[in-house]
Amino acid sequence: MSVLVYIEHAEGSVKKTSLEAVSYGKALSEKLSAGEVIAVALGRLDSGELANVGQAGADKVIHVDDEKLNAGVIQAHAEAVAKVYQQSGSSTLVLAKSSMGDAVAARLAVKLGAALVSNVVDLPDTSNGYKVKRSIYTGKAFAETSVNKEHKILAVKKNAVDLKMNGSAAPVEKVDLDIAPANFVTEITSTDKATGEVLLPEADIVVSGGRGMKGPENWNLIEDLAKELGAGTGCSKPVSDIGWRPHHEHVGQTGVKVAPSLYVAVGISGAIQHLAGVNSSKCIVVINKDAEAPFFKAADYGIVGDAFEVLPKLTEAVKALK
Amino acid sequence: MKILVCITHVPDTTSKIQFTDNNTKFDKNGVQFIIGPYDDYALARAVELKEQLGATLTVINVGEAETEPTLRKALAIGADDAIRVNAFPSDSLFVAKQIAAIAKENNYDLIMMGRESIDFNGGMVHGMVGEMLGIPSVSPVMKLEIEGDTVKMAREIEGGKEHLEAKLPLVAGCQEPIAEWKIPNMRGIMSARTKPLQVVDPAGEEIATEVTTYQLPPAKGTVKLVDKDNVEELVKLLKNEAKVL
Ligand SMILES: Cc1cc2nc3c(=O)[nH]c(=O)nc-3n(C[C@H](O)[C@H](O)[C@H](O)COP(=O)(O)OP(=O)(O)OC[C@H]3O[C@@H](n4cnc5c(N)ncnc54)[C@H](O)[C@@H]3O)c2cc1C
Ligand SMILES: Nc1ncnc2c1ncn2[C@@H]1O[C@H](COP(=O)(O)O)[C@@H](O)[C@H]1O
Repeated sequence: MSVLVYIEHAEGSVKKTSLEAVSYGKALSEKLSAGEVIAVALGRLDSGELANVGQAGADKVIHVDDEKLNAGVIQAHAEAVAKVYQQSGSSTLVLAKSSMGDAVAARLAVKLGAALVSNVVDLPDTSNGYKVKRSIYTGKAFAETSVNKEHKILAVKKNAVDLKMNGSAAPVEKVDLDIAPANFVTEITSTDKATGEVLLPEADIVVSGGRGMKGPENWNLIEDLAKELGAGTGCSKPVSDIGWRPHHEHVGQTGVKVAPSLYVAVGISGAIQHLAGVNSSKCIVVINKDAEAPFFKAADYGIVGDAFEVLPKLTEAVKALK
Repeated sequence: MKILVCITHVPDTTSKIQFTDNNTKFDKNGVQFIIGPYDDYALARAVELKEQLGATLTVINVGEAETEPTLRKALAIGADDAIRVNAFPSDSLFVAKQIAAIAKENNYDLIMMGRESIDFNGGMVHGMVGEMLGIPSVSPVMKLEIEGDTVKMAREIEGGKEHLEAKLPLVAGCQEPIAEWKIPNMRGIMSARTKPLQVVDPAGEEIATEVTTYQLPPAKGTVKLVDKDNVEELVKLLKNEAKVL
């Protein structure tokens, strides 16, 4: 028996959310005596980077070093992971919830005849059956979910588990798989990717601006603070709808769900749909000129004031800290 | 060309989420139900495609009788007919099986869904249906054009987007800005009353996961306000008290 963890990588490094999934897999294996923790990585990647996955708790890394898998073709990834799962005799698959993770997990559930639980926030409770706690209603509630199948797929919500990097380098085993061409039916023609920026879903600190920022020409104020904090930048839905900011920065119910340690919201009213995307943040700071803005009710710290005055001062104060 | 759009019946995004019966049931008291916001984007794009390509457009929901007003609303927005699989949608694999069974019978060219439902946020049903039918599934799709039997799409990835192509048939999990939400007009509402809404029995009843109890997150403490002329204080609090810097 073993626990298999599907890991994602981008630009040569394993994603932090995937390392969290490995840590989760390790804790699960310890709690349930579920055997070895095996990480599976698809596509070209440096072996040293992969060995590092051991520090998050993997006993072994299986590397399907096939260039064709670098592109995130969902079906091909699902097929490859299914093969590794079966060959390794695993009983549980763990992965990080993400747009790729979801898509792959869903196809795998059907291929493997497994039960799939998404948005998992805690280790399984096996005192009476097999129950997993997951986040539902966009973070507004939790559901204790009983799982009635032998094979299980758990998609772990980001920041729900503590990432422990206290293991040691893991052996990396290269595996050749024969993935039928029929699995490469979607063709990726091009990619537009923001490079060099802190990616929002991975960011540990996020600074977001809303309609209170008045226009895209003022975003340097948000970016300056973000840069000082090493943060990613986000925005409210109307801001991306009007085209002030790119769509992938839109945070909320219908946008990106973030779970950083610190979320700074500037000139955002705090509509319930926006809160739905940030309610898993550890600490929320709100800057708004209206003391009645609903966001203050969801905040840990707040400043009632004009963003155009407060932001430059705050950026300076953060700079002074260093 | 035949298009199927999968519709969830979910609490309005402003609803207060509460539970009853010892936290075993969702409290519907005072809650207004809507078409899932992502499903609404899928539907809006499907209506545009229908007009552009002369397609037929069917909507489907797996749910009990209470979801029919939501299906009628989808008909008012522009679907031609509706199917309700009469069962409680207890888990995503079960729902996917129902949709796949109907799709097998009717050979749709394009199946559109939301990227995720806003009640259970699984983001799973499209992939499952794709796998069950042996066809590609792509999600989250933010642009979708059809040229002949080729579908050209843009898919959101972390920090950007990816352009991709595939052949029909296909399953797409949709999100904005694929199209703008459509509001039904009077004529749509009138005609929706007489459009066909077929109720069918579920195929099989195997349930892989089941919710035993619900729980609300702990209440948030009150906000600590810092004077706008003393932002250094905020930085100190973030460093020493919240320990996030
Ligand atoms: C189904 C549905 C889904 C939705 N999904 C999302 C979502 O995912 N994400 C999202 O964000 N929204 C979403 N919305 C929209 C949401 O309801 C709000 O309309 C939106 O969040 C408001 O954005 P905002 O706070 O930037 O703008 P506004 O509501 O206009 O608020 C601007 C704020 O800026 C403050 N302000 C103005 N000037 C200044 C200044 N100089 N300094 C400081 N503060 C200032 C104002 O006091 C105000 O509080 C959704 C809506 C629906 C119906
Ligand atoms: N009960 C249901 N009836 C019809 N379609 C559904 C149902 N549940 C989910 N879907 C579709 O599948 C998409 C993804 O849902 P989920 O995987 O539950 O997040 C939704 O946006 C809908 O399009």
